[in-house]
Amino acid sequence: MLTPAEWQAVGLSLQVAALALVIVLPLAVAVAWLLARKRFPGKVLVDALVHLPLVMPPVVTGYLLLVLLGRQGVVGQFLDETFGIVFAFRWTGAAVAAGVMALPLVVRPLRLAFESVDPRLEQAAATLGASPLRVFLTVTLPLAMPGLIAGVILGFAKSLGEFGATITFVSSIPGETRTLSLAIQTLLEIPGREDAALRLTLIAVAISVAALVASELVVRRLRRDVHA
Amino acid sequence: MLEVDIHLRQGDFRLDAAFAGSDGVTALFGRSGAGKTTLLNAIAGLVRVDSGAVTVDGVALYDSVRGIDLPVHRRRVGYVFQDTRLFPHLTVARNMTYGAGRRPDRQALAHMASLLDLEAHLTRRPDNLSGGERQRVAIGRAMLSRPRVLLMDEPLTALDVALRAEILPYIERLRDEAGIAIVYVSHTVEEVTRLAERVVFLDAGQVAAAGTVDDVMGQPDLMAVTGRSAGGAILQGVIDEIDADAGLARIAMPGGTVWAPDGGWPRGTTVRLRLRARDVALARAAPQGTSIANALPATVMAIEAGEGAVVTVRLTFGAQTVLAHLTRPAVAALELAEGHQVWALVDAVALDPPVRLSGAPA
Repeated sequence: MLTPAEWQAVGLSLQVAALALVIVLPLAVAVAWLLARKRFPGKVLVDALVHLPLVMPPVVTGYLLLVLLGRQGVVGQFLDETFGIVFAFRWTGAAVAAGVMALPLVVRPLRLAFESVDPRLEQAAATLGASPLRVFLTVTLPLAMPGLIAGVILGFAKSLGEFGATITFVSSIPGETRTLSLAIQTLLEIPGREDAALRLTLIAVAISVAALVASELVVRRLRRDVHA
Repeated sequence: MLEVDIHLRQGDFRLDAAFAGSDGVTALFGRSGAGKTTLLNAIAGLVRVDSGAVTVDGVALYDSVRGIDLPVHRRRVGYVFQDTRLFPHLTVARNMTYGAGRRPDRQALAHMASLLDLEAHLTRRPDNLSGGERQRVAIGRAMLSRPRVLLMDEPLTALDVALRAEILPYIERLRDEAGIAIVYVSHTVEEVTRLAERVVFLDAGQVAAAGTVDDVMGQPDLMAVTGRSAGGAILQGVIDEIDADAGLARIAMPGGTVWAPDGGWPRGTTVRLRLRARDVALARAAPQGTSIANALPATVMAIEAGEGAVVTVRLTFGAQTVLAHLTRPAVAALELAEGHQVWALVDAVALDPPVRLSGAPA
């Protein structure tokens, strides 16, 4: 049904989205918690920075990543020389681009979820001897779980479909950085390959619907657990 | 032993409160806004304190001079909140063992669940519990964290009268078993009479009175808080006779005996009896041919005209204080003055049954 190259694009997309989430989730949880619970100087700046990828043209985000994390970039050069980590024109770079683009979408529902957790419950946990970390892990995070799942789904979907920043930062290299979206775009450029483009499009739709259904099931399960 | 000396400001509000409480219940009493909850929060470390010290059994939780300010989770202060604050995502059992650490003591949980009658509810979620059950879970949860001191913030206020009557015995049991200092915020005289050994009366952030229950509750100025109809004195004595046919018990006190409805306590029990000021009448001569069961020989200590028609007469009855509410014409007709010997008349049917004093042998 699918050619090996098409299968490769699907597998790579899932791989990129998964790594993007692994990178972005801890960061998003930390940022969302800070924004929801703490007052600190520069809070407005952090808030703006996180949301920047949402409002900037994706190409601009991709170009900034190239400037920062490219082989000649300020951070990229350091990472290459010190740890031998290279992002430019690698699938890991595609994951970084997808992650950056997904960050605001993951942070937003998480922040709302943290804000909706009653701080008086956290106080009660502290009087029972729970350290701030234990309070977070056993009270705040479980009660914010629906927000976390919403964030994960949105982030996953965004990562799967990311195009502009990815193609700018890591180009469209078959088998390395050519994800589903990039593959569809490439096929559309070639006359007579519309059928292949349509097949990949249907797969993209199927993956998105599956993710949505899965999240709905998990959220329902959680609700039942809390109110059972 | 709990020693508290706390000074803090929150905007225009100033709290300066010092008191000490040994094992057993110290009631924090006062109007809403007097600073009772703020004081509890300060002991627990939930609000910032400007200066002072809080020590439990010699361990400093806070000491501004020595620079000690333990974080909330290191204070081991059990806190029963007015709004229970149970964790909605955990079962009753896991709520109760939350403070017991990673390896909860099954036996301690079983004991506490039986003490609070919660065995049947351990696997349920707080959402499905009644108000009284939720409050009992909150009490058990605080106790199972093995606190050095237990703070209770009006744990019965959110409940109706029937539920209060249901929970009070559990708190009494806890008080008699726990062997730690309990600070109990309340504004009802019933709860204070039943539970407390000592009362700290807070007014606008300052300690207006502190001492044993009978000392503090007999002060006429407390009536502004308790409300005139609830105000009155609290007497202490030992049951020395029970008239089962009449349903009455006789309580021997230093100044004489008082008949009250039988509360079910055996002879020899040390009890506390509440005498509302509005239920006490005065006579200059020994009354004869009345239906009133009690005539207590007393001496007029002070006559204080209050607002409206009511005059509060403070009497001493064998070293215990009794308060009486009279009308102005009645005071004039009796020609009452300080030092007069009078009879305080109280009908037994007007009295609540006596309550056993905590710690006293049953």
